[in-house]
Amino acid sequence: MSRIQQRFAKLKDENRAAFVSFVMAGDPKPDTFAKLLKGLPAAGVDIIEVGMPFTDPMADGPAIQLAGQRAIAAGQTLKGTLDAIATFRKGDDETPIVLMGYYNPIFNHGVEAFLKDAKEAGVDGLIVVDLPPEEDAELCLPARAAGLDFIRLATPTTDEARLPAVLKNTSGFVYYVSITGITGAGSADTGAVEAAMARIKAKTDLPVVVGFGVKTPEQGAELAKVADGVVVGSAIIDTIAGRLDRKGGPKVGLIKNVTAFVKSLADAVHSARG
Amino acid sequence: MTVQDPNSFRTGPDEDGRFGQFGGRFVAETLMPLILDLEKAWDDAKTDRSFKTEMENLWRYYVGRPSPLYLASRLTEHLGGAKIYMKRDELNHTGAHKINNVLGQILLARRMGKTRIIAETGAGQHGVATATVCAKFGLKCVVFMGATDVERQKPNVFRMKLLGAEVVPVTSGRSTLKDAMNEALRDWVTNVEDTFYCIGTVAGPHPYPAMVRDFQSIIGWEAKSQIKHAEGRMPDVLIACIGGGSNAMGLFHPFLDEADVKMIGVEAGGKGVDTDEHAASLMGGRPGVLHGNRTYLLQDDDGQIVEAHSISAGLDYPGIGPEHAWLKEAERVEYVSIKDDEALEAFKLCCEMEGIIPALEPAHALAHVMKIAPTMDKKDVIVLNMCGRGDKDIFTVAEALGTEI
Ligand SMILES: Cc1ncc(COP(=O)(O)O)c(C=O)c1O
Repeated sequence: MSRIQQRFAKLKDENRAAFVSFVMAGDPKPDTFAKLLKGLPAAGVDIIEVGMPFTDPMADGPAIQLAGQRAIAAGQTLKGTLDAIATFRKGDDETPIVLMGYYNPIFNHGVEAFLKDAKEAGVDGLIVVDLPPEEDAELCLPARAAGLDFIRLATPTTDEARLPAVLKNTSGFVYYVSITGITGAGSADTGAVEAAMARIKAKTDLPVVVGFGVKTPEQGAELAKVADGVVVGSAIIDTIAGRLDRKGGPKVGLIKNVTAFVKSLADAVHSARG
Repeated sequence: MTVQDPNSFRTGPDEDGRFGQFGGRFVAETLMPLILDLEKAWDDAKTDRSFKTEMENLWRYYVGRPSPLYLASRLTEHLGGAKIYMKRDELNHTGAHKINNVLGQILLARRMGKTRIIAETGAGQHGVATATVCAKFGLKCVVFMGATDVERQKPNVFRMKLLGAEVVPVTSGRSTLKDAMNEALRDWVTNVEDTFYCIGTVAGPHPYPAMVRDFQSIIGWEAKSQIKHAEGRMPDVLIACIGGGSNAMGLFHPFLDEADVKMIGVEAGGKGVDTDEHAASLMGGRPGVLHGNRTYLLQDDDGQIVEAHSISAGLDYPGIGPEHAWLKEAERVEYVSIKDDEALEAFKLCCEMEGIIPALEPAHALAHVMKIAPTMDKKDVIVLNMCGRGDKDIFTVAEALGTEI
């Protein structure tokens, strides 16, 4: 069983939803990020999504855009991101790590080399926003062959006719984007999410997590009642952005602050099902 | 299924939107159903006689097509070599070739029942054309423009506002054209029901590169019959400037299978392709994926997109349409670059010799004509795409020449 499968099996036994956090590699500085990453499992994070910074994140709102810019300005590279994960793996061999980002930095690195390097670093899955099923030959199929999960986004515009194509080569879990929009915008309506969950679950046995627009522990708890997991990104990144000094460096207590917020989200998600 | 005919350069893209390895559909899942809808609507419209008739009427009575093919005789004499013809798309309503494509896309949007049009713009020419056609049809129009460009191109910003468009200054990323395109895509992801994204060049996910090319091909079809009439034969060389590549694709495409016609695309060399300040994606970039397609991009070692530079805001884009990337690798079209100062020289020469104030974009193409025409025979024929007029550029040129207006 993969780390992702093991994690969902354990959560199922405990009747809990997964709490999935998104953080941007190298934000605000590579060393701060490494410490932050290390502290996430103890704060209750079940699955960690690590953003790969890109200059042109076309599906992201201002919070994640700025996080990527901070990371790039601090010198974060794709190799740096994989190194940070390899370091994390030395102390944690259980928490699944999913890389999330855009295709160009991967294509630039070379698909084969990237898959080999990511696997060696201890990455479990990939979410690549600008690779729909129509482009599966690019990375999805090679990733599966290399033993990495390829986690697909399903969205409110993915209709009944299209859903099978979206699910076909997906593995690990399905990521349901709860709004039509960019990260950090809007907020998910629980009723609509519940209906979408039923629609997707009728066609796959994979766990389905929900993300985009989840900002507070209360929202997280609501969604944890209807989904297999809840993803929070922009709201966590906002707490990082709120604790930077004028030069963009971390203020004292940043990690403690962010970790405390993450813990409040994780606790709410974990206790939602009573 | 469309199989690419090895004997033709005109059959692309294939059913996956590929020109060889270039093109494709690299978009977020939210947008995928939308671009599939668009492809279907475009496939229907293409073969619908009434769509074609409506567009032809508007081209004729609203835009002023056909644009003349004009023999630039003083320039020809001055350069002392090949005969130089100009395809005068700068005479179009709104002053550039951009409106050819905008009309086509807006008619398509109307067919699809879309009521809100979004567009990106750099220099503001595509934004003005989009605002114009939206005003004509009573459609809501939102134009995304990098905050830096809003500052640089004030007259066009005011024009768009007069025409009833909302101009959104984009401050994300580095506040330029590529960021405006990102922001337009973000808007589209958010407003999927009523919104049509009117892309201004032969880039973006399939079907945009092919669709925009087809709308712009009116330039080449007209030129083909006009040059036959004027010279009784095909031209020897076609030359056009390249930002995203739409005016060039429009001129070139109908001629691609005329084996004896040589074609040259002119990229913006800024301060030189050997410096960090240029916009020559084919000469100075390498293949990557951005804005929905694989193409040549200006990028750093880590695959981060780098900013383009050109004196001409309309050429200031770090990518290029995927069909050009393919035509380069197939060696069907030659690509060269022209620097800012060379374009300025050509701009002045065109004003003084022909009484035509060209846009800085086609001034790049003219600068290359100045290099090759003298080396050619007097019987040889060059067709240059004069794709825009220079009214919008007089402030930039004045500043470059150190003159105060
Ligand atoms: C007059 C003119 N020419 C050329 C361009 C560049 O676009 P393309 O390469 O798509 O023709 C622009 C873009 O704004 C323009 O305004």
